[in-house]
Amino acid sequence: MAMLEVKHLRKSFGSLEVLKDISFTVNSGDVVAVIGPSGSGKSTLLRCINQLEKATDGEICVCGKEMLVKNPKGNVTYTDPKTLREIRLHIGLVFQNFNLFPHFTVLRNITEAPIHVLKQNRAEAEKNAMILLEKMGLSAKANAYPCELSGGQQQRVSIARALALHPDVLFFDEPTSALDPELTGEILKVIRELAAEGMTMVIVTHEMAFARDVADRVIFMENGIIVEEGTPDVLFSENASERTKQFLQRY
Amino acid sequence: MSGSEILGVVKILLNYLGPTLKLFGFTLLYSIPLGMVVALLKMCRFKPISWLTNLYILVMRGTPLMLQIIVAYFAIPMLRRAEGLPAFLSDFLNGIQIQGEQFVFRAVLFAFVFNYAAYFAEIFRGGIESIPQGQYEAAAALSMTKMQTFFRIILPQVIKRVVPASSNEIITLVKDTSLANVVAYAEITLKAKEQMQNYSSLVPLFIAGAFYFILATILTLLSSFVEKKLNYYK
Repeated sequence: MAMLEVKHLRKSFGSLEVLKDISFTVNSGDVVAVIGPSGSGKSTLLRCINQLEKATDGEICVCGKEMLVKNPKGNVTYTDPKTLREIRLHIGLVFQNFNLFPHFTVLRNITEAPIHVLKQNRAEAEKNAMILLEKMGLSAKANAYPCELSGGQQQRVSIARALALHPDVLFFDEPTSALDPELTGEILKVIRELAAEGMTMVIVTHEMAFARDVADRVIFMENGIIVEEGTPDVLFSENASERTKQFLQRY
Repeated sequence: MSGSEILGVVKILLNYLGPTLKLFGFTLLYSIPLGMVVALLKMCRFKPISWLTNLYILVMRGTPLMLQIIVAYFAIPMLRRAEGLPAFLSDFLNGIQIQGEQFVFRAVLFAFVFNYAAYFAEIFRGGIESIPQGQYEAAAALSMTKMQTFFRIILPQVIKRVVPASSNEIITLVKDTSLANVVAYAEITLKAKEQMQNYSSLVPLFIAGAFYFILATILTLLSSFVEKKLNYYK
C-alpha cells in the first residue's frame, strides 16, 4: 500500500528552482534512503512533505490524503487545515539538529505532544514514553535535560519524541550529520531496529554504507531532480548510471 | 540635624514608601503584559501595524519620561479648554475627575506604563527573535497548534532569556518613580525635598537616597535568585 506518493513536485525559492519535477512512491514498510550532494534538494523535499516549506507545484499524497490542491487560477495551495493536520499526524520528522525543547526534561519532551495534541492522559503518555526510552536505551535519562545529554543521546530522544505520536511514516533529515562518527553508530542502530520492526521510513543521509545496508530503495538526487532510483544492489553496483557511480566514488 | 530629627525624617519618608512601591508595582503589573502585546504587534506581518508600533516605541524611548509625565498630567485640563472639540469628546473629558490624589496617581501611572511597555517590548522582541527557528519547526512537526507552540515552547524560553535585561529595567524603574514628584505625586523624593526645605539640610535627600539604594539592592538580589532558578537548563 502506498503511504506516500509524490508526483511532479516543484519548489522554487524566488527564481531559484530547487525541486524540478520530483516523483516517487513509498509503500508501507519501505525504507527509502535519499542520497546526493549538498544543495541537491534532499532536505527541501523532506521539508515540503512535512509542510515546513510550501511546494510550488505538484501532488503530495500521504496515506490517501492529498496535501496540495489546485485553486481556480491553477496555482497550487495547501488543502484545508483539518486535512493538513490529519496528514501531519501520519508523519513524523527527525531533524539534523535534534531540536529538542531545552526547557523540558527528556520525559516531557516525549510526552508533551501526546498529552496536548493527542489528548492522552499523563499517566498513559508517560508509560508510553518510558517504553520508548527503554527501546532507545535511555531509561536512566528520563529526568535529565537535553543539555546534559550527548548528541547521540539527544538524537535518540528526538526519535522517541517523533515515535510517541505513532506516525505511519517517519522522515529523517540527515540524522547523523551533526554527530561525530562514534555517535553515528548508535543512531544507525536505532534506525536499523525500526526497519526490522517494519517502520516505513524515508532517510536523507550521507552514510552510504548505511543506506546500502538498511534501505530497500535508494534515491539519488542532484540539482533538484531524481537522477536514479533503485535497489541498493543496483545503485551501488557497476550497473548504476555514470553520474551515480561518479558521486559514490568519493565514499 | 540631630539624631531624633533624622529619625523623624526616616519615619516620614517611610510613610511614603507605600506610594512609591504602589507606582512601581502597578507600572510592572500593566507594562509587562502590554510590552508583550507591543512586541507581538511590532513583529506583525501586516506592515502598517508594525510601523505604527515602531513609531510609538520611538517616541516613548526618544523623549524624556519626565516630559511624558507632565504631558499626561496636563493633557486633560488643557484639552478641556480647547475650542471646537466634538461633543462626545468634551463630554468625556469633562467627565474625568481631575482633582485629588487619585487623578495624580492615574496620570503618572499612565505615563509610566506606556513608557516602560516600550522598553519591555524591545526586550521581549529580542527574546522572541533569539529562539531558533528549529523550535518552531519541531513543534510544527509534532502537530502543535500556533498557540501551544507559543505558550508551551517559545514563551518559557523567552522568559529565561529576557530575565537579565528585564531586571535592569525593573531596577531602573524603582529609581524612576522619583520623577513623579514633578507633578507633586506624594512619594519619597517629593517628601524628602519638603524636609530638606524644612530643616535646610541635605540629610533628608541622603535618607531618600538610602531608601532607593536598599530597594535596588533587594531587586538585584531577587533577580540573581531568579536567574539561578532558571539556570536548570542551557
